[in-house]
Amino acid sequence: MSTFAAVVLFLGVLAYAVLGGADYGAGFWDLTAGGARRGREPRHLIDTTLAPVWEANHVWLIFCLVMLWTGFPGAFAAITTTLYVPLGLAALGIVVRGSGFAFRKVVVHTEQQRVTGAAFATSSVITPFFLGTVAGGIASGRVPTAGHGDPITSWVNPTSLLGGVLAVLVCAFVAAVFLTAEARRRPVPAAELERRRIADLGRWFRRRAQASALVTGVVALAGIGILRADSPRLFDGLLSRGLPFVVVSGVCGVAALGLLGRASPRLLQALAVTAAGTVVVGWGVAQYPYVLGTHLTIDAAAAPPATLWALTIVAGIALVLVVPALALLFVLQQRGRLQSH
Amino acid sequence: MALSLTLSAAEILSAAGTLVADGALAADPEQLWPAREQMAFTLGFHIILVPFGVAFTFLMLIANYRGITRGDETAMLLARRWSQVAAVLFAVGAVSGTVLSFELGLLWPGLMGTYGAAFGIPFAIEGLFFFIEAIFVAIYIYGWNRMKPWPHFWSGVPVVLSGIGGTSSVVAANAWMNQPAGFTVRDGRIVEVEPVKVLLNDAFWYEALHMLLAAYMVAGFTVAGVYAVGMLRGRRDRYHRLGLLIPLTVAALVTPVQIFVGDVAAREVFRNEPAKFAAIEALHETDTHVPEVLGGYYDDNEVHYGVGIPWGASILSGYVPSTEIKGLEEVPEEFRPTDRAVTVVHLSFDVMVGIGTALLALSAWYGWAYWRRRDIPRSRWFLRATAVSGVAAIVALEAGWVVTEVGRQPWTVVGHLLTRDAVTTEGNIWLLFGATVVLYVLVGIATFSVLGLLRKRWRAADAAGDPSDAGNEETTVPYGPGASA
Repeated sequence: MSTFAAVVLFLGVLAYAVLGGADYGAGFWDLTAGGARRGREPRHLIDTTLAPVWEANHVWLIFCLVMLWTGFPGAFAAITTTLYVPLGLAALGIVVRGSGFAFRKVVVHTEQQRVTGAAFATSSVITPFFLGTVAGGIASGRVPTAGHGDPITSWVNPTSLLGGVLAVLVCAFVAAVFLTAEARRRPVPAAELERRRIADLGRWFRRRAQASALVTGVVALAGIGILRADSPRLFDGLLSRGLPFVVVSGVCGVAALGLLGRASPRLLQALAVTAAGTVVVGWGVAQYPYVLGTHLTIDAAAAPPATLWALTIVAGIALVLVVPALALLFVLQQRGRLQSH
Repeated sequence: MALSLTLSAAEILSAAGTLVADGALAADPEQLWPAREQMAFTLGFHIILVPFGVAFTFLMLIANYRGITRGDETAMLLARRWSQVAAVLFAVGAVSGTVLSFELGLLWPGLMGTYGAAFGIPFAIEGLFFFIEAIFVAIYIYGWNRMKPWPHFWSGVPVVLSGIGGTSSVVAANAWMNQPAGFTVRDGRIVEVEPVKVLLNDAFWYEALHMLLAAYMVAGFTVAGVYAVGMLRGRRDRYHRLGLLIPLTVAALVTPVQIFVGDVAAREVFRNEPAKFAAIEALHETDTHVPEVLGGYYDDNEVHYGVGIPWGASILSGYVPSTEIKGLEEVPEEFRPTDRAVTVVHLSFDVMVGIGTALLALSAWYGWAYWRRRDIPRSRWFLRATAVSGVAAIVALEAGWVVTEVGRQPWTVVGHLLTRDAVTTEGNIWLLFGATVVLYVLVGIATFSVLGLLRKRWRAADAAGDPSDAGNEETTVPYGPGASA
């Protein structure tokens, strides 16, 4: 029963990592898109792509928080009394990002767009970094069962920093792949590109996808060494139970890198999502059966059975109502039925 | 009825007694004060946005429905523009709501760690509704151009329904803090939970209903107020008239119901939350024939400078002057709210009821004129009153939350968990609070200026005689002049 609740919670983490992650990654490319003139086209694409879906994707975070504090209340309190610095910063980052994005859609002057856009884009990089450090702190066992762990070293440590950097990179990679596909869906004729002297967005994002895939791969490889030195138990878990997922992630990442520009966008998206998702799953499997590090088990942390049943029913309703609704949203979005005003 | 009063009061007092025996009397953690300020500030900010996600969308759908069924272009234009406003406010509401989720853990680990297994259940349900709301808000807001009118309209209906469901769920959690039920604590840990009793606790139905109606009042009066200002400035076209009529009609219909529900709620508080009721009445000594004291401040066990209506409180609580009202003296001293807290609760209640009554009068004025002449009252004072009614409704909403939240102190979960035991003992909350205030003030200013920008743009489009293009943002591509493909 408690394992089931943990799996539901973890599916939420997975969904947020992939869907919410892609939105954060788009912010990364927004930040690095260059000056107002050069970055106009990619930013416009990011705007149109993100606007209808980011709020729905964001709800996965709420889902995770709620599942965690209801299903595993003690673990939640332990996490918040230890990792309050990165969590507080992430919360403020979320406010800046969401409102910055919403405001930029409305304002027209370049100056104002620069401010709101910078707010959106910068916080899109900072927030996943801090959430990544939180994941690293939990995974490396730095959150004591009773909470109140070290407020600094719990997230300023090799594993947390690796988690933060990887989170930013993986988000950027997934976003670049998705935005490449989005650009392909709205092709601009060559003559038009020539006339307005702008780059082909498909190629623009493809190059970035390739670059970020490479960098992510290098960091992930270096990360193996870091984990081995800093959190040997997580390392062991990843290389035993978690190994299949780590391998799949690597293979998908390499395949996506090799096939970028050749395979169909849909296949590439699937590969990118699998590469990102299996990293997260690998972490979850490696950590099983523990909620915190290797000291608080799922079973020991779980709420009473009736609460877990209530959560199960909620998850069931989510499966019946929310998943089809989300599918509808994505289908409408893919078919170009949802547009800015 | 009298029996149940004494019972519940006795229960709370005995629970309090146990805690004293346990020696829970430590000095307050240094985080208590800033944490409460932080929570109050962020919740107070977020709650202003709630009516616009919950009820404003309903106004939007009314305009949309009218637009489709009667081919009313003006109504359609209003719906379209309102959805753009909703898009901005919904985004700010979504992220400021997320902050509250974080804060539950960051500020109140004592609450979440011990009671999360019960307290969390309403939030899990709220999460579902929030999902549905976020999905369909997006479909509705971005579906104007490429969806057929009726499917588009229907995509807005789940937003309204999930708004109602989501609000009710969150309020269920708050109601549970006031009248906790459905759980057993053993050795500082919840060992048994009855989810249905947690959800449908005794305070649930009137708190949820009271909040929902408040949301509809705030949205209705605020939107009507915007168009009333326009009319006062001489823009008396059909666009402004309709923009005032739709929200004001909804608000005017809701207000009398709200007064009734509020009255019932107050009596429920009298029965089930005697300490809060005593704070509302600023009453020290248990007595019959208690006057209803308006205004004043509470100090040394009495109200100074208040105006008393003889027997008022007793009659309002139990219909007869002989109704006995428990005073704060019944609360053990360790758990008695401070004098200042009593003053705050007492005055907030007066503000809420005062504004509610004024809005009822405004609604009646409007209802009378509309019934007689199918038109709004001719007086400019009516427009002036409507113009400020939105702000007034927001103040009343905030005051109501102050009553229920401050009125619960020093408890977080009445009879079970003191706020000073719920608060975190980690970190310097003042830093977080300072950063949050700066950030929220900026976000608040930006929200206003962005809405002002929309208004300016629409007015320019109307002046150019091309309102159909007004809601169309394709003309304003991000980053620099000139349209893209």
